[in-house]
Amino acid sequence: MSFLDLDERLVELAQKVEVVYSPLVDIKEFPDGVDVTLVEGAVGNAEHLEMLREIRRKTKILVALGDCAVTGNVPSMRNPIPREDVLRAVYGEGEVPGLDEGEVPKLLPQALPLAMVVPVDGFIHGCPPPADRIWKFIRKLLSGEAPALAGEDLRFG
Amino acid sequence: MDVMKKIKIPVTRIEGHGLITLRLGEDGEVAEAKFHVTEVRGFERFCRGRTIWEMPGITARICGICPVSHLLCSAKTGDAILAVRVPRAADKLRRLMNLGQFVQSHALSFFHLSSPDLLLGWDSDPARRNVFGLMEKHPELALEGIRLRAYGQKVIEALGGRKIHPAWAVPGGVRSPLSEEARDALAAGLPEAMRIIQDAISLYEEHLDDWAEEISTFGNFPSLFMSLVAEDGTWEHYGGRIRFVDADRNVVADGLDPASYQEYIGEQVEGWSYLKFPYYREAGYPEGLYRVGPLARLNCCDRMGTPLADEALGRFRALADGKAVTSSFHYHYARLIEILASLERIGRYLEDPEVLSPRVRAEAGINELEGVGVHEAPRGTLFHHYRVDEDGVIQWVNLIVSTGQNNLAMNRTVRQIAQRYLTGREITEGLLNRLEGGIRAYDPCLSCSVHAVGRMPLKVQLFDQGGALISERVRA
Repeated sequence: MSFLDLDERLVELAQKVEVVYSPLVDIKEFPDGVDVTLVEGAVGNAEHLEMLREIRRKTKILVALGDCAVTGNVPSMRNPIPREDVLRAVYGEGEVPGLDEGEVPKLLPQALPLAMVVPVDGFIHGCPPPADRIWKFIRKLLSGEAPALAGEDLRFG
Repeated sequence: MDVMKKIKIPVTRIEGHGLITLRLGEDGEVAEAKFHVTEVRGFERFCRGRTIWEMPGITARICGICPVSHLLCSAKTGDAILAVRVPRAADKLRRLMNLGQFVQSHALSFFHLSSPDLLLGWDSDPARRNVFGLMEKHPELALEGIRLRAYGQKVIEALGGRKIHPAWAVPGGVRSPLSEEARDALAAGLPEAMRIIQDAISLYEEHLDDWAEEISTFGNFPSLFMSLVAEDGTWEHYGGRIRFVDADRNVVADGLDPASYQEYIGEQVEGWSYLKFPYYREAGYPEGLYRVGPLARLNCCDRMGTPLADEALGRFRALADGKAVTSSFHYHYARLIEILASLERIGRYLEDPEVLSPRVRAEAGINELEGVGVHEAPRGTLFHHYRVDEDGVIQWVNLIVSTGQNNLAMNRTVRQIAQRYLTGREITEGLLNRLEGGIRAYDPCLSCSVHAVGRMPLKVQLFDQGGALISERVRA
């Protein structure tokens, strides 16, 4: 969402990169040979896990965007609590989605940061990362610099 | 023997991740259509043990699009636990922020997510049918959408110090007042925002005939509608009481105390979706289907309460001869009218000297062990309900989020569209696009509704009666 706070810079970005897969576009299969993928969110269920591995296989530079992807952040607050306990608290004592393999992806025992699942090439901190920080990172990528931020831009929260 | 068929579709450009499965009956027609939500995070559980003071900040993380909605709703729940009335200026400032939230969230839904369907066409190239394609074909409109959303974000930033996840509203009020300088900057940006939204409403009205087919099939059915309305029946976004109307706009229930929601709203769980299915208790499940959000708020209220929005409401009402507008396609129309109403109200607050008052927070301890906070988020009525101990530490949480209350309606919409557009045993591009468009009309924030993390696409699968997969579409 903070990505959209790039506002008018989105137009400039659209001229420099081709957006091949995102919540903003309608392409549903992750394409091959992608240069850069920004992944947000922690890895919380079986489908996230599968998706992240697929993205890693098909992407040159994988970037964790935001504190959930970087550290697990708020979703990982459930990590000390048994999975069934979490699901029962939400759905009660009857039929509970996600407990076993079924019509929805099974909830993983813990919500994990990306780097605990696959190698990650760059990190953009913040909850959310301010748009200026995202922009700074993207400009570095576009100019061929190492995808790394420093100083103030390493702040969480 | 069962020879049932089932289809799956993933939906992108909705915030979150969903999956549609269609099951064919023996006659080859769609017998069952399900919209599955595949994300859950468990806020209801892991918030136990935190204090009410942390809850606005934690629950805001449910969503990156409408964090302000959870922030304000959680603060209101905290007000109930402190048993305080927040200072008048704080009430106005919270309302101002919520209006900014309506502007940015609705603008995002309309311009960034849905206008590519509406203006480039459901059958246009999917690779270009997005906001980036819009920038090529209709650069001015794309830029105006960006600027309108940015205005809403500026309202939020002016109050909370940042655009997303501001730690500003707290139980008892807000942390900081509005500065004169920030107020003046917002006032200066208002005329442009007003012009953009009026142009967008005209554009929508000019195109109505082009979308007649979709209007008649995108969730077009009679149902109940629910929203908050003010004491006098005026459109409301922050306070007021709950009203239900039916498809004829007869008031079914009125003046309901939001804090007693459990008396009139039931929540059903289905094992095939992480998203619960709220329903109107008196009508039972699933007959108690009701819709919330922009369409419901416009159907429920007696008037918008500001001149330009009231004129627009008159044109909206004319679509159904004064009865409820029952096509979910017109969520888009209602959303645009709500942006206009929000901007008019923002203008009023900016002229009110009280918004600069420094008295914005009531201090108190824990005076009630249970509290409910309710207000209108852009997507519909939002409920937070906490039980705490003597120290204000959370013991139990229930959240009824806006999108969840449209869950039954979204499922019915998916069925209606599948029945109309599915021919044979193939998921065609046309069907896929319209299923997505039908769901998108509700602007479901799935990350929000199931407190999800990921934002991934939706998939459609077609199964036969025996459960064998016969077609799957994930748009190559």
